[in-house]
Amino acid sequence: MDLGSQEKIKKLADEHGRDELLVVLGAPDAEAAEIAAETIVFGDPTYAGALTETQLGLDVFHVLEDEIQSEVPDDVWEDQVGVMADTLEAEALAEAVRNMRTKAGEEA
Amino acid sequence: MLKGKKVVALGERDGVSGPAIEACIKAAGGEVVLSATECFV
Repeated sequence: MDLGSQEKIKKLADEHGRDELLVVLGAPDAEAAEIAAETIVFGDPTYAGALTETQLGLDVFHVLEDEIQSEVPDDVWEDQVGVMADTLEAEALAEAVRNMRTKAGEEA
Repeated sequence: MLKGKKVVALGERDGVSGPAIEACIKAAGGEVVLSATECFV
């Protein structure tokens, strides 16, 4: 994950509290989604950014997961995400991020 | 789940962009506190 984003997310978590904050990803593949989710939940696995050894434990979803799509009006969804939803492998992306949430739940 | 939540929209250039996620979250009643589109090369 971008080093600047890590710093901003850390700041926002401190400012708003971890329970108030949720992260929605738009990663193009399962590997990228998993690394981003891991960074947000358990800290930066590459030991490069502000979230190194910082377990924020924030809620994280991929935008293509049902939990997100079900809350977005259909017309907005179609306009903003429609084409990419057809192109990306939604189930693999969802699984990658869901696995990280499950791991977080097990460690909590 | 999204209504009233503060949300970070972390998009990617080759996936779904930050502004696209942001529009979805806002339409669902969430508050976007950070929107970014990352680019991995």
